[in-house]
Amino acid sequence: MIKIQSISKSFVDKPVLNEISGVFAKGKPNLIIGASGTGKSVLLKCIVGLIHPDYGQVFYDGRDFYGSDRDTQIEVRREMGMLFQGGALFDSKNVEENVMFPLNVLTKMPMPEKIERVNFCLQRVGLENVNSKMPSEISGGMKKRVGIARAIVNNPNYLFCDEPNSGLDPQTSIVIDELIQDISEDLDITTIVVTHDMNSVMGIGENIMFIYKGENLWEGTKNDITHSGVRELDDFVFANKVMNSLRGK
Amino acid sequence: MFLGHLFINRETFKTYYKLVLDECVSIGIGSVFLVALVSTFMGAVTTVQTAYNMVSDFIPNYVISQVVREMIVLELAPTIIAVIYAGKVGSSMASGLGTMRITEQIDALEVMGINSISYLVLPKIVASLLMYPLLVIVAGACGMIGGYLAGTLTGIITPNDYVYGLRSSYNEFTVVFALIKSFVFAFLVASISSYKGYNTQGGALEVGISSTQAVTTSVIAVLIADYLLAQLLLSK
Repeated sequence: MIKIQSISKSFVDKPVLNEISGVFAKGKPNLIIGASGTGKSVLLKCIVGLIHPDYGQVFYDGRDFYGSDRDTQIEVRREMGMLFQGGALFDSKNVEENVMFPLNVLTKMPMPEKIERVNFCLQRVGLENVNSKMPSEISGGMKKRVGIARAIVNNPNYLFCDEPNSGLDPQTSIVIDELIQDISEDLDITTIVVTHDMNSVMGIGENIMFIYKGENLWEGTKNDITHSGVRELDDFVFANKVMNSLRGK
Repeated sequence: MFLGHLFINRETFKTYYKLVLDECVSIGIGSVFLVALVSTFMGAVTTVQTAYNMVSDFIPNYVISQVVREMIVLELAPTIIAVIYAGKVGSSMASGLGTMRITEQIDALEVMGINSISYLVLPKIVASLLMYPLLVIVAGACGMIGGYLAGTLTGIITPNDYVYGLRSSYNEFTVVFALIKSFVFAFLVASISSYKGYNTQGGALEVGISSTQAVTTSVIAVLIADYLLAQLLLSK
């Protein structure tokens, strides 16, 4: 479980996040949603420690991330896996080397075990016979899957996904969403997904946090989202034409 | 602060060993042809121009190769090659790290709990310190061979005079000085270029800007260090 308390962040006098608090549960995907430029990705980066918040706390299963010493922070980070918007695969390494990278650097696992683990993770995300391909030789959807495989290869306790569906077609988006949901449930890990894709929200949104202008405006599930009574959330949800057509029914 | 992070939370020696070897191949083998080519022509041109300026019959011919030796060892091999090194290796380091930054590859390392500065930059600096002095030695040798070829093939100087000039009044400290300079320049180019690349923000355009800034700043730093070292170690 991840708990955040009063996370605030400004960039050169421009407030981006204002006193955001919330709890992200274990074993299911937790979604942070909102329009572009509302501070979703900044919040995610504050949670994982890539951006230091001006104030506020992040607790990983009770461990105060920003209140800990450097060694504890590194220990927590080694329990994280993250899928970046563009995949963030290492250009100079092939698919197998990319997925194996955390095992090479962070573990002393023997090579046959590493290969077995890599192949298991690649199979888990639906990829086979691509081990020797370079990132430039695979599609956007495959890059995302390799990114997920790399994120889960070291058995993380926390999985973070920044816009996992950006640039993907609707069918591939659904596959990626289902994959994230299955992995969260099967591995019983805390997953946070940042998205503005309504298909994802309605597909895997079991715990949703809506960010508007840097503030946590609403929390709930996909079942409540269409009748939240929050005007800003309605504007966001029903900007989608499909959702808007369902509104009348 | 940037350099201070190189030694915090390092990975295992084995990890760095492989990374340093990869960087050595990239920096050393990748640059040796260009360095050899440029230094051979520098030696040849220095020989021809020195001969052109020797207008007095009272000056023996072997002085030409003495001048060539001193110029190559003291200045052309360590300093001019450093400028070329900054253009080739420095820009490559900056653009490589800049691309990693804008495509979130550096963030990916950080999230894994890896000190990205130490993991990415330390091997580059160590490889640069190992390979650049070797490149300077290659440049020195190629420069003198280039001078020999230009001098003897055009009849400016006889082979015996050229070799005699190279060996006469030889001061070993010039070679030590050249190697001291090469270590300093290697460190400057690698650390400045890495810093510029690592701190890239924005997109592809900014990667290009970082790369250009890396070369410009490295060259300026090399020239300033060149003067300071000469003042410090050669002034009487």
